[in-house]
Amino acid sequence: RFVGRINVYHDRNEPTARPLGSENLLLRGATLKNTEKIFGVAIYTGMETKMALNYQAKSQKRSAVEKSMNVFLIVYLCILISKALINTVLKYVWQSEPFRDEPWYNQKTEPERKRNLFLQAFTDFLAFMVLFNYIIPVSMYVTVEMQKFLGSYFLTWDEEMFDEDTGEGPLVNTSDLNEELGQIEYVFTDKTGTLTENNMEFVECCIEGHVYVPHVICNGQILHNCTGIDMIDSSPGGSGKEREELFFRALCLCHTVQVKDDDSVDGLKKNQLSRRSCIYISSSPDEVALVEGIQRLGYTYLRLKDNFMEILNRENNLEKFELLEVLSFDSVRRRMSVIVKSSTGDIFLFCKGADSSIFPRVKEGKIDQIRSRVERNAVEGLRTLCVAYKKLTAEEYSNAQKLLQNAKLALQDREKKLAEVYEKIERDFILLGATAVEDRLQEKAADTIEALQKAGIKVWVLTGDKMETAAATCYACKLFRRNTQILELTTKKIEEQSLHDVLFDLSKTVLRHNGSLTRDTFSGLSTDMQDYGLIIDGAALSLIMKPRQDGSSANYRELFLEICRNCSAVLCCRMAPLQKAQIVKLIKLSKEHPITLAIGDGANDVSMILEAHVGIGIIGKEGRQAARNSDYAIPKFKHLKKMLLVHGHFYYVRISELVQYFFYKNVCFIFPQFLYQFFCGFSQQTLYDTAYLTLYNISFTSLPILLYGLMEQHVSADTLKREPSLYRDVAKNALLRWRAFIYWTFLGVFDAVVFFFGAYFLFENTIVTSNGQMFGNWTFGTLVFTVLVFTVTLKLALDTHYWTWINHFMIWGSLAFYIIFSLLWGGIIWPFLNYQRMYYVFMQMLSSGPAWLGIILLITVSLLPDVLKKVLCRQLWPTATERIQNASRHCQEHISEFTPLACLKSPRYRSSDCSSSPARRSNSHSKKMMFTHWRGVDYSVLPSVFGYSNKHCHSSAGYRYSGSGLETSV
Amino acid sequence: QIDYTGTEPSSPCNKCLNVSWDSTPPCTCTINFTLEHSFESNVFMYYGLSNFYQNHRRYVKSRDDSQLNGDNSSLLNPSKECEPYRTNEDKPIAPCGAIANSMFNDTLELYRIDNDTRTPITLIKKGIAWWTDKNVKFRNPTGDGNNLTSLFQGTTKPVNWPKPVYMLDSEPDNNGFINEDFIVWMRTAALPTFRKLYRLIERKNNLQPTLQAGRYSLDIAYNYPVHSFDGRKRMILSTISWMGGKNPFLGIAYITVGSICFFLGVVLLIIHHKYGNRNTSADIPN
Repeated sequence: RFVGRINVYHDRNEPTARPLGSENLLLRGATLKNTEKIFGVAIYTGMETKMALNYQAKSQKRSAVEKSMNVFLIVYLCILISKALINTVLKYVWQSEPFRDEPWYNQKTEPERKRNLFLQAFTDFLAFMVLFNYIIPVSMYVTVEMQKFLGSYFLTWDEEMFDEDTGEGPLVNTSDLNEELGQIEYVFTDKTGTLTENNMEFVECCIEGHVYVPHVICNGQILHNCTGIDMIDSSPGGSGKEREELFFRALCLCHTVQVKDDDSVDGLKKNQLSRRSCIYISSSPDEVALVEGIQRLGYTYLRLKDNFMEILNRENNLEKFELLEVLSFDSVRRRMSVIVKSSTGDIFLFCKGADSSIFPRVKEGKIDQIRSRVERNAVEGLRTLCVAYKKLTAEEYSNAQKLLQNAKLALQDREKKLAEVYEKIERDFILLGATAVEDRLQEKAADTIEALQKAGIKVWVLTGDKMETAAATCYACKLFRRNTQILELTTKKIEEQSLHDVLFDLSKTVLRHNGSLTRDTFSGLSTDMQDYGLIIDGAALSLIMKPRQDGSSANYRELFLEICRNCSAVLCCRMAPLQKAQIVKLIKLSKEHPITLAIGDGANDVSMILEAHVGIGIIGKEGRQAARNSDYAIPKFKHLKKMLLVHGHFYYVRISELVQYFFYKNVCFIFPQFLYQFFCGFSQQTLYDTAYLTLYNISFTSLPILLYGLMEQHVSADTLKREPSLYRDVAKNALLRWRAFIYWTFLGVFDAVVFFFGAYFLFENTIVTSNGQMFGNWTFGTLVFTVLVFTVTLKLALDTHYWTWINHFMIWGSLAFYIIFSLLWGGIIWPFLNYQRMYYVFMQMLSSGPAWLGIILLITVSLLPDVLKKVLCRQLWPTATERIQNASRHCQEHISEFTPLACLKSPRYRSSDCSSSPARRSNSHSKKMMFTHWRGVDYSVLPSVFGYSNKHCHSSAGYRYSGSGLETSV
Repeated sequence: QIDYTGTEPSSPCNKCLNVSWDSTPPCTCTINFTLEHSFESNVFMYYGLSNFYQNHRRYVKSRDDSQLNGDNSSLLNPSKECEPYRTNEDKPIAPCGAIANSMFNDTLELYRIDNDTRTPITLIKKGIAWWTDKNVKFRNPTGDGNNLTSLFQGTTKPVNWPKPVYMLDSEPDNNGFINEDFIVWMRTAALPTFRKLYRLIERKNNLQPTLQAGRYSLDIAYNYPVHSFDGRKRMILSTISWMGGKNPFLGIAYITVGSICFFLGVVLLIIHHKYGNRNTSADIPN
């Protein structure tokens, strides 16, 4: 509250003092009109301005995947440090004998010898850190960012999510949260404009208990000439007729709608639709709907001209009413009135408002009938308004006017006085009737909500509407089903009992069934289960949230959360925007830290959108604030389904595989180095050549996984959309739990051990060439590296479900690139290098038969456990996703039996799947088929330099065994 | 495979155990052995060292590839990596580095004992190094004339070598940096226990095996000290097929993996038959 004084100095005169108050405040955007200059004082500048105060710092939103990624990274950092420490310690233990530290053939230089022992040990530790640092997948961050950035384009490109009405597709404002869309547990949605279209339509009116439905649509056309009234009840009598006209006039007059001539309508149409050639503009869409509805009933509001409201009645006669006063709408009174003077000189007061504010002020009229009608409409989800009137005598009017004038001019407590005056004037009404306006549900809103609930997502509706309307909408969009037991936590109930008792009662009811609830938490769709819907209103919520003196508020909150957690749907009505954010925060910070999503269209949803983990704005009617502040913006509510169930699911599956794979591949990469230290005297000797070390993450293995991260569709998009329950498979960060992480890490370690010791036994004490020449340490490293690159890439190929030519190109291409690079790298004496250790190493290795056999064997062995695990898990404990995969493969098979072309058309199934025989029934088979399939690839890679299969009896026999073992089962 | 380190007192080479580099004349010893089976095809003769860390980082990098490639500037100014075997008495060492310095210098000779007469067996010393190494990667320095002595002017021999690098062999195409024994040694082994190709024994004609079963003796000029680091020295004779030498690992591994695959195939088939139907029926309600 600002109070001040301004002193205006005229030339040397005494300064004149003027009071300054809030009424003198010039707001932003004010224009100077009827004076030439003003004196101004700047108050509230900088951070104190309203804009700055409302500015909410947009906090950085980070996804759960990123958080678990960082945790994994810390684990790997620990592994790295412990590896380096172990090696340093072992090095010094090993070196304690001088002949090992410095044998005669390998002496240290003088400065090395003199170095301080601790300094030396520290240097060694650092050297090990450098050697093993590749275990920290630095390139993962780059790849993840690229995946997210490019991946977000897939959302914008989605044609199904493009809205033709508005011509707008989804917008992605941040690419950091893509995978979070697959993790949503709570959806907080606004009602108006989000669930509903915010497109009001006048549905019916009820005059004196007679229901009129504007018969607007005949064969899809609006018929203007017909009277447009469908009498449901018996036709009213003479007085009824009068009342009816009065009602329509009341609706026509009691509003603040402005008329704008519509220029966009072309001439021909204008003639025909002369009545509709103008557009009504109002701050409230309800009013527009009402006026338009009345127009269809024959009364057209033309314009406001010189304080005269002109309406065209049913007989096309112009009626003029002088507008005397407007008792404007406010949310406390929840009604508005106009005082008009008709051409005959009668003064009417028309009042329109919510039923609860009108009924107490009515003194005559068919209250009961109308009330029942209003309640019925409210239950159907229609917005209702009641209309009443009062005839004023001139004397009464002048009294009222005087009162009003006084109140308006009052400097102190103006609002209070005005309210008192309104109170005095707006009484003793005669009830005319009620109207019902429908706010239509958005298309497929119910379908979307149902799908989300099936997906295990809890949907909360937060709205500012009143309880009955909101509840009706919830029923309409299947948030509450018929068998849902509704629990109410409203002000009315709290008035009856204390909050404490209500809460405890509710929790008792909920928890009584808790036993059964936990038993079939996974069958949330089952009809026999009792599910609960909770309705809470803003007042009750603030009571719960309000901190108590005795500190028991925490208890209430806990209790409330407990109740909410057990309810399948929650409706919060009468919410202030800030309360919406409060609710989101409450859930967000609750014990399980669920991932929340808020969706809304208006400015009042912005706080909630900013608060939730993922904020989605609807590009809708109420401006773009929500869309601008959101992380994602979609044109319609129904797009949420695809966004979460398909895109979110994909993003999550992709990124989690990407993260795990990166850790796996770096473990595979570095662990052999670690093992090698035990065989080279802990001297930090690298196993691989520098070029391989550098290029491994950059070019040999990066592109296939990036492509996987972009393209993978483990189940087809249609299936995901059809089966919302698949969403549960990835809920709660399922693919990045510790179990999965440890599995991947151990797989990596196992593979690394296989690579290293495989190569070790291959090289130890044997000659692996045909001309008796020996290989050196670089050949050893290259062999390990070759196996590594092939295994890691083929592992990805095993995990890929969605094959396109790009996938094939990338996977086989990067393997080919590796081979070509190695040939080139070893093929030339590179003049700018001061070492030539790789010269011909790769070629020499390829010329050796056992190296080939060893490579194939090692790749097979290292992939075997993963294949085995997959097949076994699929067969014995299939998840829903895998069952769907099987089923879809079934379908595919059936299709391909009938139409062989089908598999050509759909590239998403493996080529081997399509071409295979229909006898193959299940996944286990196809897995093995794949297994042999890519082993076949290995075969074919082998150039037939040596006819190797018949000479070395040991290996070929073994190989034939393995081959036949697989083939018999296929 | 004959171990001739001589750690055991009974071994004929025991007397040479504590030999040093500069012992002249070299300590010699003879080991007799018997071949149970005759070697039919070409025989490859290896020497094996164990507990010798040729893969130690300090060792592996201690070489100058451009010097070995015949680069004249590197010849006189070897890379820093060669320290402390870079210069000796202010003269650059050619070939520099720890690897070259510690080159294996035992001489092995093989005799066949037939009725108490010792017939020497011809050992071929060419073709033991990679062709590319010998012809491309390793080159003698270039200059006027072919006299290696003058080409290596201004350099000195590695500390431990008895002779300079241009006196490694009498034949000019196997001397200097392109000496095959030297090249073989310069390819550092991957593991601390390794073997390197020493000589080839070619089959003379189709009627006789290369090495008949019988008694042989190995004459060793024992120069290379391994006792100080607990090392062992071995001499290995081996024949080789197209698949390389005898390699039990691959065979065993293939048989094992093959049988595991077969076993798993059977197990999975059983599992599939048992559980497969359950799965397919469970699909339908979904």
